[in-house]
This record gives sequence, C-alpha cells and structure tokens, in this order.
Amino acid sequence: MSNLPALMIAVPLFGAFTTPLLKKRYQLASLWAIIITGVSVILSLLLAQEVMDKGIVMYVFGADNANLVLPSGYKVPIRIMFEIDAMGVFMAISATLMSFIGALYSYSHVKMETGLEKYYALLQLLEVGILGMVLTGDLFNLFVFLEIAGIAGSALVGFRNYRGEASEAGIKYLIVSSVASLMVLFSIGLLYGQYGNLNMAYLSRQIGFNTVDMIALGLLFTSFAMKCGAVPMHYWVPDAYTEVPAGINPPLLVATYASLYALFRVSFSLFATITWNMARVGWAMSIIGVLTMFIGVTMALVQHDVKRLMSYHAISQTGYMLLGVGVGLTVLHDPQALASYGRDAMAGGVFHIINHIIYKSLLLMTAGALFYVTGTRDLNKMGGLARKMPYTTIAFIVGAAAISGLPPFNGFASKFLIYETSYRLNPLLAVFAMVTSVLTLASFVKVFASAFLGPPLEKFEGAKEVPKPMIVAMLILAALCILFGLFPNVVLDKLVYPAVDALIKFAQYQTWGGLA
Amino acid sequence: MNFTLLSPSGFWNPLLWIAFLIIFAIIGYIIYARGNPGYKKNTEQVKPYLSGNAEPSKEEIMVRAGDIYWGFLEALKGYYDVLKTMHTGDMRDYILWYLGVGAIILFLLVGGV
Repeated sequence: MSNLPALMIAVPLFGAFTTPLLKKRYQLASLWAIIITGVSVILSLLLAQEVMDKGIVMYVFGADNANLVLPSGYKVPIRIMFEIDAMGVFMAISATLMSFIGALYSYSHVKMETGLEKYYALLQLLEVGILGMVLTGDLFNLFVFLEIAGIAGSALVGFRNYRGEASEAGIKYLIVSSVASLMVLFSIGLLYGQYGNLNMAYLSRQIGFNTVDMIALGLLFTSFAMKCGAVPMHYWVPDAYTEVPAGINPPLLVATYASLYALFRVSFSLFATITWNMARVGWAMSIIGVLTMFIGVTMALVQHDVKRLMSYHAISQTGYMLLGVGVGLTVLHDPQALASYGRDAMAGGVFHIINHIIYKSLLLMTAGALFYVTGTRDLNKMGGLARKMPYTTIAFIVGAAAISGLPPFNGFASKFLIYETSYRLNPLLAVFAMVTSVLTLASFVKVFASAFLGPPLEKFEGAKEVPKPMIVAMLILAALCILFGLFPNVVLDKLVYPAVDALIKFAQYQTWGGLA
Repeated sequence: MNFTLLSPSGFWNPLLWIAFLIIFAIIGYIIYARGNPGYKKNTEQVKPYLSGNAEPSKEEIMVRAGDIYWGFLEALKGYYDVLKTMHTGDMRDYILWYLGVGAIILFLLVGGV
C-alpha cells in the first residue's frame, strides 16, 4: 500500500489506455469503465484511511523520501511529489465516487451513441486529470493535470458532435481551459524564475510580498476562479454542462471543483504568507461568491431548458463555497474570529463542495433521464411525467429539496453553517445567501410543476421509467443526500474539519507533514 | 454517537427535526381524516365546471414553464435586460471578462487599496 498515491493515477490511466481496445464492444467498454472507476473508489477510501491515521502522506516519484540530499549537498525538493492532506483526499473521494456513478449511469444513457470506447477512455482520463490536480504537491504537475482534465473535459462536452451546439460548447470549454492554463503556466514561470523550484510546500516558504509574487497570485486566483465558474467568468458553464451527456456531468462537476480546490490551495498553502496578512483576498473571494450565487440563481429562474437551468444553479451554488471559504480567509489573520466563526465558515464552504457535487449530479442526471424519455430538454414541452417516471420523480424531489437547503437534506447543513458565519462577518452577505436559497426553491418548484406535475400529456402516453442502471445511479446519490443530511456532524468530523484544518494549519503542509 | 451539529451560536439536530415532522404529519392526518367524506374519485363530481363549456384539452390549459413567475420577471425587467446584455454567448466576451476581472484583482493586490 506504500504506492497507493501512484496507484490512484495509474489505475484510471491504465483503464483509459485499455478501453479503446474494446472498440465495437461497447457493453464491455462500459463494464470495464465501471470496474476501473469502482477500483478507484476503493483506492481513494484506503488512501483516506491512511491520511486519517498518519496525517499528510508524501509520495516521491523516483526516490524513497522527500528530503533526499543530492550528492553535492544541495537540499531542495527536485522530484515530482504528491503531498496528500485531508483536503486533497476529500476531493479524491469526490472524484472517484462521481466517476463511478457517471460510468454506471452512462451504461444505459449513452448506449445508442457511437464511439463509446472513446467516451469511456475520456471519462477515465478526466478522472486522472482531477486526481492528479488534487493529489500533487508540485506546481508544474498541477498544470499538466489541469491540461489533461481540460482536454478530456472539452472532448466529452463535444462528444455528441452531430449537434452543432455540442461542438460549439466543446470548443468554448477548450478555449476557456487553454486561456486559464496558459496563465497558470505563466504564473508558474514567474515563480520558477524567482525561486528555481516548483514544489508548492517549498515555494510557500519562499514567497514574499514582492510585485512579481503578487502578479503570480493575481493570475492564479483569476484563472482558477474562471475555471470554477465564478461570476462574471461563468459563461462557459451553462454551455458545457448543458451539452455534455448527463453521465459525464458528475465528473465534470468535480473537475470544476478541482479548480476551486486549486484556488483554495493557492490561497491557503502556496501564498499563505500573503493571504494571512491580507484580508482583502478573503473579501474579494466573498464578494465574488455573493455575486456568483445571486446572478447564477436569477439567470436560472428564466431558463426553460432543464439542463441549462440546472447549470446556472451549479454556478449559483459555487458562490456559497466561495462565500464560506472567503469568510474564513478574511479572518485568517485574526485568531479570535477564526476560532469563533472562521473555521466553521470554511467548514460550511468545504462541506458544500461535496454536498453540491452529490445533489447537482443527481439533478443533472434526472434532467438527463427526462431527455432520455421525452427527447427534449424544453420544460415548455413537458408535463405529467411523475406517474410515468416515479423513481426519477423521487430522485428529483430529493435533489431539489437538498439544493434549496430544505431540512433534513444535506444542502441544509452546509448552508446553515454558511448563513450563520457569513452573518458574523457582515449581515448583508447572509441576506444574499438566504435570498438565493429562496429563489433556488422557486426555480425548482417551476421545474417540478412543469415537468412532473399536471395532467398526463397524450404525446407521452407510451413513456416509461428509465433503465435500471440509471435508476440505481440516481438512487445512490439520493440516498447520500439523505444520509449526509441526517448525520452531518459525522461527515463534518471525519472528512470536512480535517480538510479545513489541513488548509488552516499550513505549516504542516510547508514541511511535508514534518518531514523537512 | 452524537447527532447534533453545533454551530458557532446554535445547533441543528436532524433526528429531532424528523421526530417533530412525524408528530405534525400525524396531526395533519387527523385533521384530514375529519374532513368531508362525500368526495368520490372517478365520478362526475371531480370534473371541472366551466359555465357549461366543454373542457379544453390538457395540452391547451397546461401552465408552461415559461409562464411561471411571469410577474416576477416583468417586475425585474430592467435587471434582466442588463443580465441578457452580459450573456452574449460570444467567446471573445468571455475572455474580455476574464481580462477585466484579472485587472481588478491585480490592482487590488499590487497597487490598490
């Protein structure tokens, strides 16, 4: 098990390269992808256990340990390293779980498409990209995996290339990813030029307040903010999430939040020296968060394409995460405020990441199920489907209640923490957060009323429930929404607070868990 | 195992909430059960009365998604006009927004307030 971090990348990478061998044997390709992603889930849980037991896990490619001294006596980290703390492993579990759910759902959802061996290869490659981003301790490595995730993601967005809109969305996603990656690379170049190193922990001890460092921070902050869909750089999100096959929505969501993770990692670990002394970085994050949640939800309210509507909600929910963590970042330099509500604010933001990944994946899958049965995404053309699709209806109700923050579902617990703590920083922030929740509920009432309620329509006389693999995938996520909502403190204590502490206690990260 | 989530100034116990939900559901059911028992399913009684006119087809009378919240959207027309202007769908605008936000962030960090 000492090679567990490397296996996390090697297993899905092996899957991605072997799946194309199953050309024309689509069912086998689907099953192979389900097996590989299932094994990845197990590996991520084992890794989580190791991190919980031993603290930060270091893995050095090509050497036995991180602080190996060169024969010349020069003691700097020169190899590629994975540095896995609780935050990284938290994201890794999200990535592997959602890739597995996505593969399971896709088994029936895309069976009529052609080129499925490429589809599943890309799905696993996307998983590799996300896992690399959240596990690595090396800046250039982060860029490489960001590129892998971006390229695999854009190919999947444009997978249904017989639709002009899908090709357009795929190209847009590719260009946005490329611009962001280019600027990330430029920032890495700035830091490498100054400090001659790419290891994040090492760099974080060298970085100071000089202008070049500030420019690098600004470029990394903006680039990752665009990649995670923060307003006003969110325009690519509805295009991409709407056109991508519903089975890819869960891993694509995690790919988006891998960029959010990178934003947090940059703010808390890499530039800790700066952000601990500059409350304005936290304020910038909180204000972007409020704008993101409000503009996202108001745009969702006017949509009548069910997937586009849900995509705008994905933007809106990202705002909550930015707000929660932004509040924590703002009071980072104030030990009293940090202990009083800053840590809980960050816990709310980080908890909202996993909650949102679960319920938004569920909702996008129900939208995919509606499209599968009706052949349309236009809510104006739907109605009375609750009787025909009872399982999808139940899954939708659970997801809609969770995203609207209704108790006792998972969305409530994280929003509860965010409302309360953002109020402590500035009551206006909490007001916007609550109004956004009300508008979210209003929006999902609209979807429920127009797609599921009403008299049965003649044109859907022969409609029936979606195939079993799709139902199973949706019900697993619905069950998680309920479980995470009923036992929030279990998830918070085991997963979320360790992840938050990993961000706050950056000294641990800087010394590779005490190795250096 | 403790199921109470403690927040900085309060607490949340979902199991307690469910217990209350069940109690209120029972009270609701008791009130419902004491209602008028004259309602009969699948009889003339359940048909809508439209001043003697024939009932239009279901498709015709269905409230569509685009009509829901019409009043709300009409009241916020000015706000939505601005939002629609922002959402051009043009890739060049996406990049311009990125550059604009980047400039503001750099101003805040390097030479700003």
